[in-house]
Amino acid sequence: MKYMMFVCSDQEPDTDKTDEPDINVWVAENDAAGRRVRGAVLAPPSAATTVRVRNGELLVTDGPFTETKEVIVGFDLLECADLDEAIAVARAHPMARDGRLEIRPFADFEQ
Amino acid sequence: MTAHTHGVSSPAPDVAAATSGAASATAAAASAAAAEAYPRIVGALIRITGDWDLAEDCAQEALATALQRWPSAGVPDNPAAWLMTAARNRAIDVLRRATVERTKLRELAVLERGDPAPPESGGFPDDRLRLIFTCCHPALPLEARVALTLRTICGVRTADIARAFLVGEATMTRRLTRAKTKIAQAGIPYRVPEGTTLPERLPGVLGVLYVLFTTGYNADGSPAFADEAIRLARLLADLLPTLRPRPDSSEISGLLALFLFQHSRRDARRDDDGRLRTLEQQDRSHWDRAAIAEGVAILTALDAEPAHRDGPYALQARIAACHATAESVAATDWPRIAHCYDELWLRQPTPVIALNRAVAHGYARGPRAGLALLAEARAGGALDDYPLALAAEAGLIARAGDREHAADLFRRAADLAHSPAERDALLERAAENAP
Repeated sequence: MKYMMFVCSDQEPDTDKTDEPDINVWVAENDAAGRRVRGAVLAPPSAATTVRVRNGELLVTDGPFTETKEVIVGFDLLECADLDEAIAVARAHPMARDGRLEIRPFADFEQ
Repeated sequence: MTAHTHGVSSPAPDVAAATSGAASATAAAASAAAAEAYPRIVGALIRITGDWDLAEDCAQEALATALQRWPSAGVPDNPAAWLMTAARNRAIDVLRRATVERTKLRELAVLERGDPAPPESGGFPDDRLRLIFTCCHPALPLEARVALTLRTICGVRTADIARAFLVGEATMTRRLTRAKTKIAQAGIPYRVPEGTTLPERLPGVLGVLYVLFTTGYNADGSPAFADEAIRLARLLADLLPTLRPRPDSSEISGLLALFLFQHSRRDARRDDDGRLRTLEQQDRSHWDRAAIAEGVAILTALDAEPAHRDGPYALQARIAACHATAESVAATDWPRIAHCYDELWLRQPTPVIALNRAVAHGYARGPRAGLALLAEARAGGALDDYPLALAAEAGLIARAGDREHAADLFRRAADLAHSPAERDALLERAAENAP
């Protein structure tokens, strides 16, 4: 199954800093195992642009900006057997401690 | 595909109803055999077809047929195999009729070949374990885990689950449908977790059983699903040690013992008018001695395990055992209870455990010691709106001799009570202490 893993910052990161995983090791291992299809770090929300079309008119605005400090900072596209495997991949990511990870499956229109 | 499109037409009985009110010994034996077999059938059909609704519908129908036939024809030698065959044939019928859905052809083929691991083969891991771990998956909301466990594993009717949790049947149906949709969409596996994942996931499963035991009420205020919780705890306690490598199952033993002790008081908890009785007021001759003996035997067996250290449930069970085996409140081994609460407090420093610890020390070492610990427990306002904290303080103060102050505190606790029964009990204590 394909899962989009959103890498997010979090207001309350883990205070336990022992044995913090290395992101390069995480990427190398999951790329080698075929569990990570691709991934990227995103520029900050200040670089974001919102596009809408309403009544045929294009609306382009700066942002969005939210008050919250919990924002998407990156993503990884995962290919895993099931949710438990995706959770195991996510838990080993350094941002599971420094932020949080949101795992969302691709919609399966066969179901 | 929704729960009712499989064309299952016979009235769906539920296991809970099937196990009570049986007219004869044969009917009772048929009900018990069917209830025992039910989760095996559902579990196997879900594994083979991956279709939760189909599995439930066909298992329910096989159960209905069995309960019609067995009381007169006799319970077959292998009830689970009989039910499995009936349910499988039903599933094949349904799938054949639905072959327009080409995606179901593979499931049909597997069913027609016969189950590669029928329930009587003893193949590991047991389908019922897969079912429990999937229903209790942490990616599902807690209330959905509880509802799905009752519906799928225990076979309780949706309407009965809804009534016990004080929601409408439509709401409960939606909750169950959403949970099953999430299982399919998110790819929650139908598998017993392995390696380090198993010990991480087990406390969550026990948490679901605990919620199942403690919440959900019948109209008369009695726990709705205590019997189901006990049956599931027994099942887990039996099945977990069959896994390899063998996981630490001491907490499930502790939880089962805790359930048994609490349940042993079910007939003594209320007076004839339905009012709650405290431990002090209960007629201990109405406690279920067989349940207590089983709980004690479980804890004794835990002690015999090498390098065993009690977890939170085992500690709570030991506290409950002290109450269950005492002749009276005065004759209770309070120093041991206080010690168990000290241990529990180290593992789970919650306000409620701090409160109970203070009460236990109040009995073990006198009301002054209890009041001192209670003051610590209430520091920071953690227990401010908790009527039982005020009631505990009132009880300690009464025993220290200031009955007027105690009566006043009992009345204030009654104002904060969560239920009429609790309020009446607290007002009664206030009246007892009023000058």
